[in-house]
Amino acid sequence: MRRLRYFMGLAAIIIVFAVVILHPFPSLLEWQSPLLKHSFSMLFFCALFCLWRIAKGPTSADRAVAIDILGILVLGFCAILGIPTGRDWYIDIGIAWALQSFISTLALAKYLEGRNFDE
Amino acid sequence: MNERIGIFFIIVGLVFDFLGCLGLIRLPDVYNRLQASTKCVTLGTCSILFGLFLFKGFTAAGIKALLCILFIILTAPVSAHALARGAHKFGVKLWDKSVCDKYAEDKEKGNSK
Repeated sequence: MRRLRYFMGLAAIIIVFAVVILHPFPSLLEWQSPLLKHSFSMLFFCALFCLWRIAKGPTSADRAVAIDILGILVLGFCAILGIPTGRDWYIDIGIAWALQSFISTLALAKYLEGRNFDE
Repeated sequence: MNERIGIFFIIVGLVFDFLGCLGLIRLPDVYNRLQASTKCVTLGTCSILFGLFLFKGFTAAGIKALLCILFIILTAPVSAHALARGAHKFGVKLWDKSVCDKYAEDKEKGNSK
């Protein structure tokens, strides 16, 4: 039952990624150079590895590490998306995501440590 | 010319990212995974952002990319250290073939808070 729930969550996340990539921005598929297209798919595979570690990790510390790495990978996504589309505001999303990822990682570390949040 | 150097930096960053995530999957222990993935992914994403800076030049987006590199270099070791400390206090066992555990020795002596 637990494994079934994991696989349903993974399928939902993959479907959301695919819809976000394919559907609302059809101009994203007309890449200027095929190199950037391949780099985008490579980062996508890295994110799938992180999701695999989140689903399978034996302890909760593994999941915290994978979430931290996933936050840094999304920054790379935003930086690469800014090049072929020519939209400069993707790097703003990246900066905001890096801040949120740092704060959430510190909160997860405090939770693992077993302390209160106001210390 | 700048764009070719930028693409070279982006390829280097992607290779480092891929190696970091491979280490996240393949290594046996929380601390080993933290070490491999944090260093490789930090360097990889910094290279990608530097490639973006070479593409954009000294515009607003390029300078924001430089600021982002500075932010990552400042904060990634802090978060990795906090995660390792939290995992050790949470009671995650080390790998069987690990050589030494200085933090537990310090705890036994009573030197650490």
